[in-house]
Amino acid sequence: MMDTFAALAHGMAVAIQPMNLLYAMIGVFLGTAVGVLPGIGPALTVALLLPVTYKLDPGGSLIMFAGIYYGGMYGGSTTAILINTPGESASMATALEGNKMAKAGRGGPALATSAIGSFVAGTIATIGLAFLAPWLVDFAVRFGPEDYFALMCVAFVTVSATFGDSPIRGLTSLFIGLTLGLVGIDKLTGQARLAFGVPELLDGVEVTTLAVGLFAVGEALYVASRRHHTEEKLEPVRGSLWMTKEDWKRSWKPWLRGTMFGFPIGALPAGGAEIPTFLSYSTEKRLTKHPEEFGKGAIEGVAGPEAANNASAAGTLVPLLTLGLPTSATAAMMLAGFQQYGLNPGPLLFAERPDLVWGLIASLFIANCMLLVLNLPLVGLWVRLLAIPQPWLYAGILVFATMGTIAAKPSVVELSMLSGFGVLGFLMRRFDFPIAPVVVGLILGPIAESQLRRALAISLGDPMTLLQSPISATLLAIALIALLAPFVLKGLGRFKANED
Amino acid sequence: MTRDRASGDPAQPPRRVDRAGIVIAALLAAVAAVLVFDARGLQSTAMYGMGPEAMPVVVAIGLALLAIGNFVDALRGNLPARESTDPVPVVLILVGLALLIAIVGFGGGFILATSALFVTTSAAFGRRAILMDSIIALVMSILIYLAFDRLLTLSLPTGPLERLL
Repeated sequence: MMDTFAALAHGMAVAIQPMNLLYAMIGVFLGTAVGVLPGIGPALTVALLLPVTYKLDPGGSLIMFAGIYYGGMYGGSTTAILINTPGESASMATALEGNKMAKAGRGGPALATSAIGSFVAGTIATIGLAFLAPWLVDFAVRFGPEDYFALMCVAFVTVSATFGDSPIRGLTSLFIGLTLGLVGIDKLTGQARLAFGVPELLDGVEVTTLAVGLFAVGEALYVASRRHHTEEKLEPVRGSLWMTKEDWKRSWKPWLRGTMFGFPIGALPAGGAEIPTFLSYSTEKRLTKHPEEFGKGAIEGVAGPEAANNASAAGTLVPLLTLGLPTSATAAMMLAGFQQYGLNPGPLLFAERPDLVWGLIASLFIANCMLLVLNLPLVGLWVRLLAIPQPWLYAGILVFATMGTIAAKPSVVELSMLSGFGVLGFLMRRFDFPIAPVVVGLILGPIAESQLRRALAISLGDPMTLLQSPISATLLAIALIALLAPFVLKGLGRFKANED
Repeated sequence: MTRDRASGDPAQPPRRVDRAGIVIAALLAAVAAVLVFDARGLQSTAMYGMGPEAMPVVVAIGLALLAIGNFVDALRGNLPARESTDPVPVVLILVGLALLIAIVGFGGGFILATSALFVTTSAAFGRRAILMDSIIALVMSILIYLAFDRLLTLSLPTGPLERLL
């Protein structure tokens, strides 16, 4: 317990150095500015801004990242409230009530409750992260390679199959990612796999190229292809920005309840913030004293899901920092940020670079405070960003997206891969395949393979080692249940439907 | 991706064989075949445990099973309804990306390449003021170039325009 306080205090000392404060400030500002653009969620915000941090030292860049992460989340909810275009499914609940509030001239209080709720949830969840992380690290140091492999199997299944619309389409996405993860030189034997004699492919598929291609280029192609269907309407922020006493009274309990949903679900490798936001939304709908307002702009319906969304974002940092396990597309991008400095999050990083890890955690607190101070006064600026005409907006997004690749690797092969992943992202959107499992598969696939091969080398090739470790056996059982559950439940549902 | 599924006009009535779904299943099977073919060229040097060829084969088996799953879904017409699409803007953006790649490949530099992409994308989203957009694109990419080149000291590809700056 005292260790955590000491470590956190040390982290604070790192984070409040003037240069690091400046990095956090730039991160928060850029994150919000990019995240506010319609159709751009936090994962893409992080992916697009990754090149900006290339030349910084790891500490400064991770601190800027913390700001970008929270800023992107906040920007996304602003968009959801003002133009009803949730950049990601976790903002859908916010868009449901928030946009109705904005239409009724209560956009100010909607933005305010979402900002303050995000702050409350983010702060509580970051405290949770600070206390949970050392405990999990103590547990994780006992993990052998077979346990890590089993843990990754759990993550693969929960991210792709368990909670999506269709386990088959989710798993298809995951296996596309795993296939891409195989490309390049095999680290153990030095043999090239799936490189087809192209030298650029020997280094493997770059995570940022895949993510920017799938998210940015894919989204631009998709929006362009169905431009004739939708018309976005920007709601002006009318009336007071501030919340009334009544608004406060109706908001504080949803904030806390949303946090209670968001943090644990985010911290479990259960993938994404959709579940806690929708749980929070339905809970608030059930508990509210104003049920007639739901669907017409109830403030509880913004306060709860927004808190849940932010709390789960901090929650996903728990498995990411302690186990190196990304369970959302955004967390996968954060992992890519670590990897560009050759850093691998996990128990070792806590032991070897405590300044870095705790500096990052402390920066999360600071980024959260900055967001609260920055965003409400600057809301006019964000609204003006939202008013950029669509042609220039998407043209700008594509220029920015390709620029990252051009800056990192200005080769024809890399740019062609970016465009190819864009087409893949477009087709996946069109045929309703989830995108996050591809990114998670690309990042985790090679790690899972090397852990499995290490485990089998230690056991002299005996695959029973996976079942002899109690941790690994338990995790594999969980993975199997999580894989079969959606099929079984679907079967039960069909059985019931037949009986009716 | 769950957006607007209910409100879309389905491209075809449900519960019919979905041709696109069958193409997807065939593509997955093809990728699985490529994986197995590629893995056959690898030498297993590991004394114990798995060699480099094991994982591709495992992934290929998974892909083959998923190809069957997708095929069954397509036969039953279980795919979510799709909205009609307009292919023209998609092609325009892809032309823009091709131009960008060609200009970078032939040493035309960052400014010209991104300007080409900006103008085609803007046109894909319905703008017809190509001259105006070209000016905006040039100014913007020059500013980005200067910011990245001078402030962040990242090297972007140079062409005739960049050498003038």
